[in-house]
Amino acid sequence: MIQALVFYLFAAITVASAVMVISARNPVHAVLFLILAFFNAAGLFLLVGAEFLAMVLVVVYVGAVAVLFLFVVMLLDINFLKLREGFLQYLPIGGVIGLILLAELALVAGSWSFAPDAPLSVGTHVPDPTVVTNTDALGRLIYTDYFYLFQIAGLILLVAMIGTILLTLRGRTDVRRQSIAEQVARTKADSVEIRKVASGGGI
Amino acid sequence: MDTMLLEYLPILLFLGIAVAFAAIAVGASWLVARQKPDVAKDSAYECGFDAFDDARSKFEVRFYLVAILFIIFDLEVAFLFPWAVSLGKIGLFGFWSMIGFLGVLTVGFIYEWKKGALEWE
Repeated sequence: MIQALVFYLFAAITVASAVMVISARNPVHAVLFLILAFFNAAGLFLLVGAEFLAMVLVVVYVGAVAVLFLFVVMLLDINFLKLREGFLQYLPIGGVIGLILLAELALVAGSWSFAPDAPLSVGTHVPDPTVVTNTDALGRLIYTDYFYLFQIAGLILLVAMIGTILLTLRGRTDVRRQSIAEQVARTKADSVEIRKVASGGGI
Repeated sequence: MDTMLLEYLPILLFLGIAVAFAAIAVGASWLVARQKPDVAKDSAYECGFDAFDDARSKFEVRFYLVAILFIIFDLEVAFLFPWAVSLGKIGLFGFWSMIGFLGVLTVGFIYEWKKGALEWE
């Protein structure tokens, strides 16, 4: 009973905030609604028993990806009011593209059918949640059964890391860096010089 | 399943209380207090100065680099949790599978360290 109520609450807020994401005038508000949608999706994940996914959704999507979206919105510094000026001008072509997409989706949905043995394989890999926790069940599969996919995920992260560094890192030459090794290696001999100065003579 | 959800009931209650509290705090001041806005009251107040300009200005792409590197290591840590929980069941193969994954990311970490991406100039 409560479960059903909570489901409809989360689902309704998710859909409503998703609508707000695409209709909010201020892009920063749109990102904040996106975060709300992520939170409610995490609630929905919890309701179907996917605890780990729910927590990862909060940690990774809300904690990191949403912040990144905010960064992008801020970095672009686009005047979004100006962006909307050509709305009516581009309405016909946009509408045509939308209709084509809709027709394609309808075609896909019309010719789509379940594989005959699909219902059989649903739930075969799911261990009893009262015995094995959700996180444990995932851990037993990811690192052994899905070894290659797991390693590929690591490689994709590596590519992402190198890609961002190449794209955004520009070495600045106009700043002076501190070199600790150089500082420590300095000796009295090469930094201090004692001279006898004749009175009134100068150096 | 239901016992698992029962454990999350306190969090749901907390959420409900938080939403109710926020709604009451805003709603009560809106209902009870007298509202007589004028131009002077509605204008931005910042130590008596007018706001200088828009808060949305371009900033360094370097912040973005830090955020992306944070996400990558965030994901790496997310993979560590199920591994730690099920380490007893997946045996030596699972252990070395994760070590290989960490090794790949360590290569990237050394690269970014040597490249100076972690330094703030």
